[in-house]
Amino acid sequence: MSLILEGVSIAVGAETHIYPTDLELKKGTMNVLLGPTSSGKTSLMRLMAGLDVPNTGRILWNGDDVTGMRVQDRKVAMVYQQFINYPSMSVYDNIASPMRLMGQSAAEIDAAVKKTADLMKLTPMLDRKPLELSGGQQQRCALARALVKNAGLVLLDEPLANLDYKLREELRAEIPKIFEESGSIFVYATTEPEEALLLGGNTATLWEGRVTQFGLTPSVYRTPVDATTARVFSDPPMNFLEIKKTGDRVHFGDGQAAPATGSLANLADGTYTAGFRPNHLELERHAGDALEFTAKLNVTEITGSETFVHLSHHGDRWVGLVHGVRDLKIGDQLRVYLDPAHVYVFAEDGPLVAPASYANAA
Amino acid sequence: MAKITLSNLAHSYLPNPTGEDDYALKELNHDWVDGEAYALLGSSGCGKSTLLNIISGLLRPSRGRILFNEQDVTDAPTAERNIAQVFQFPVVYDTMTVRDNLAFPLRNRGADAAYVQQRVQQIGRMIGMEAELDRKARGLTADAKQKISLGRGMVREDVNALLFDEPLTVIDPHMKWELRTQLKELHHEFGHTMIYVTHDQTEALTFADKVVVMYDGRVVQMGTPQELFERPEHTFVGYFIGSPGMNVIGATVKNTSAVISGQEIALGNVFGDPAGKVELGVRPEFVRINEGGEGLPARISRVEDVGRHKIVRLDMGGSNVDAIVAEDATIPADGVSVTFDPAGINIYSDDWRVAPVGEDAA
Amino acid sequence: MNKTVNQKAWFLILPVLVLVGFSAVIPLMTVVNYSIQDTFGNNVFFPAGLDWFRDTLQSDRMWGSLKRQLFFSGIILAIEVPLGIYVALNMPKKGFWASFCLVVMSLPLLIPWNVVGTIWQIFGRVDIGLFGHTLAAMGVDYNYTQDAVDAWFTLVLMDVWHWTSLVALLAYAGLQSIPDAYYQAAKIDQASRWKVFRYIELPKMQGVLMIAILLRFMDSFMIYTEPFVVTGGGPGSSTNFLSIDLVNVALGQMDLGPAAAYSIMYYLVILLISYVFYTVMTNLDKRDGVK
Repeated sequence: MSLILEGVSIAVGAETHIYPTDLELKKGTMNVLLGPTSSGKTSLMRLMAGLDVPNTGRILWNGDDVTGMRVQDRKVAMVYQQFINYPSMSVYDNIASPMRLMGQSAAEIDAAVKKTADLMKLTPMLDRKPLELSGGQQQRCALARALVKNAGLVLLDEPLANLDYKLREELRAEIPKIFEESGSIFVYATTEPEEALLLGGNTATLWEGRVTQFGLTPSVYRTPVDATTARVFSDPPMNFLEIKKTGDRVHFGDGQAAPATGSLANLADGTYTAGFRPNHLELERHAGDALEFTAKLNVTEITGSETFVHLSHHGDRWVGLVHGVRDLKIGDQLRVYLDPAHVYVFAEDGPLVAPASYANAA
Repeated sequence: MAKITLSNLAHSYLPNPTGEDDYALKELNHDWVDGEAYALLGSSGCGKSTLLNIISGLLRPSRGRILFNEQDVTDAPTAERNIAQVFQFPVVYDTMTVRDNLAFPLRNRGADAAYVQQRVQQIGRMIGMEAELDRKARGLTADAKQKISLGRGMVREDVNALLFDEPLTVIDPHMKWELRTQLKELHHEFGHTMIYVTHDQTEALTFADKVVVMYDGRVVQMGTPQELFERPEHTFVGYFIGSPGMNVIGATVKNTSAVISGQEIALGNVFGDPAGKVELGVRPEFVRINEGGEGLPARISRVEDVGRHKIVRLDMGGSNVDAIVAEDATIPADGVSVTFDPAGINIYSDDWRVAPVGEDAA
Repeated sequence: MNKTVNQKAWFLILPVLVLVGFSAVIPLMTVVNYSIQDTFGNNVFFPAGLDWFRDTLQSDRMWGSLKRQLFFSGIILAIEVPLGIYVALNMPKKGFWASFCLVVMSLPLLIPWNVVGTIWQIFGRVDIGLFGHTLAAMGVDYNYTQDAVDAWFTLVLMDVWHWTSLVALLAYAGLQSIPDAYYQAAKIDQASRWKVFRYIELPKMQGVLMIAILLRFMDSFMIYTEPFVVTGGGPGSSTNFLSIDLVNVALGQMDLGPAAAYSIMYYLVILLISYVFYTVMTNLDKRDGVK
């Protein structure tokens, strides 16, 4: 089983929703589409499902061209952000409905429904109507209906977005387990970087209708190919800083410099953009060669175990996430430290020129 | 600005409530201190919106009194309470300009035109919409509209309290950061009493000085984010705050030691002899994974890399235990054992926390 | 949102095009044919150029009917739209009485037009009609068959009775779509009842109200059956509306040429007004729409 997109693009009127995109999704993989609202996640899913026909390019399913094929003729299941169930049917009939449409025998249906219901923890509610269930249970019912179809391709479009935080956390942990058992290709759209990381598998980052990177989720996170990907795949947002390389030194401003080692050594002299994640900004000097900056503290936010510090540094807004609860005074000039090993270097027009050295080790 | 007092407050949506179960909001006594930022945190249906609507006057409580600055307002209509509220979905007057939207609450109260002009300009600058003041509100993006709602809430200097009902629901993760920080800065600047209702623990903890956790119509704990994190008064607080939530493991406790599946562990505090269903609660942050050796034997069932740290899901003699380890930590393959940091251990009897001997009553 | 361009859709609307061709375009062309020809019978036609159009435009009778028609449409819009909104604002929002109101209000809409005419024709009669007789008993000098003002009064009252519910129902649908949060926000902002109406309810009803006004205008502009049944255009020609006048020309006098020219102009006027309405509506959306 595989789904291949070859140079697929779609435009509506003058507006391009998806620029030509190549993507190969393999059997039994979880693929996350990560990007902000209206970055093209849903458009891409609709193309995969066959709900829309691309303007250019081909879509191959197991090597067969299915570009113009109707969604009804493909083995596709889809779950939406809204909990979509048949309100007048019981949970059992809801789950059974796709199999009934395929004309399977009652015994087969019964076995499959019970197995899926068990998996989705819906067994005690099989006789109830969807509207009598909680939001989480309704969405489980919709998920069960998608799973029972045994479709080769399961598309999930922000399925947890309308759920309470804790419920989301629980289902998020369950979905990868369920998917491992089914062996289908899963595609999961989300706006939240943390969700992508928790689901694992592969991630494609989307920005304004383009897939900026596709690969294993942790490796996309640790070695983003450009500043856009890094920005999309970072919550809280990544911090940026303009730097200069001259000879064997990299200058970070404020008189701070670090030796240009590793992949930085071969870089041409000039101006670059440094990027680093909030959790790598520290209030104490841990590494001996850490860079030191002074920034004004605007706001602190305490999560109980950690503290977010919002800083302004020469007009740039930085966010730091530090361990522990800190009692800091707003408006103060704060000394912050950054290990050069945690710094990504991007060319001024975006592409990554030197990954953070820690990422290679991790 | 005002101190808000809830005295013996309770509410039921039924005309003749009989048992305690009939109450959506169970009896409650509480003072909201002038100028503090509070968050009401809980899952849907826990009574937090009921409480908010009682404070704003959209709902009359079935029992008890509500006082603003010692003055009884239980029967006062919303308009007389002089409060401002921001709703889940942006409420803007579409046909008005942004400026008129912001000026609306002032003009309705007959404020002086010159003052309105100056105040609106100031608020416009604070919400970062100075350039768009003369634009019609219709057709703006959801987050711009929500900013207008925030601004309209902020525009009156003399409001008794500012109430927020899940105001960031429709906002993209990246914008959430900006709006939340802005809100925090505004609170810092103006010192309004703010009450913020949400089901999202991150929002609650980062926004508020004091978080009120509600569960099943009852306030289970009120405290600073740090208190909720370190000393959850109820197992629900432990579960609800933190991601993943606190591990709760059945144990027998006697004075300074607990016994979990036959193994004794030291507690570091004296707990006496708690009765009822006794459990030990420890947050994933305080769980240490050791290679063999001392501690409770466990099996690693799954490792989730969430970027800034890793979540290790362990199976410890049939009960699930989560641990959080550093981003760059190496995780032993097999034959691991688990120890708990004594500082992070809390003991629960029938879901309520048992205070160790000698702890101050705070 | 996500619409794809698919030319195959043309095939789906082809049957409709054919049907419309037979039911509308071909008859209309016949009318056009008549409007530029004259005949002395025996199915022998000869071209008349634009004479019929010129004649019709110079006919005082037509202008009189047009004035009466515009006056009538103006009056009923001025009454039905505010009244419909007022009724909608005061209808229960939910529960048994909401459904009850909806059913009661749709009753007049379900009655065939000639029946409505007949009902009022009898209802207003001084000898046996409840309304007319009651007025007469109260000493009011009312007789719609003899007094032009009374005739107008009856027709307007009938139209208001028949169609206000339509406006009310549409306005009600618009009101129902306003989330509660708007009203709560207005309370908190201390907005007066008038401001709530002006800045929340009216803008949210704008779309449906435009449709209501358009529907009511077109319907009243083409009204025929009811006045025909009730007054037959009388007394004198005081309620002789365009459509009644047109039928008189066509079927009363069998002046097919002038009648054809008449109906084409009638048709164009309605088309023009609908077009203006449509443009105004879409521009309103565009002006405030998503940039």
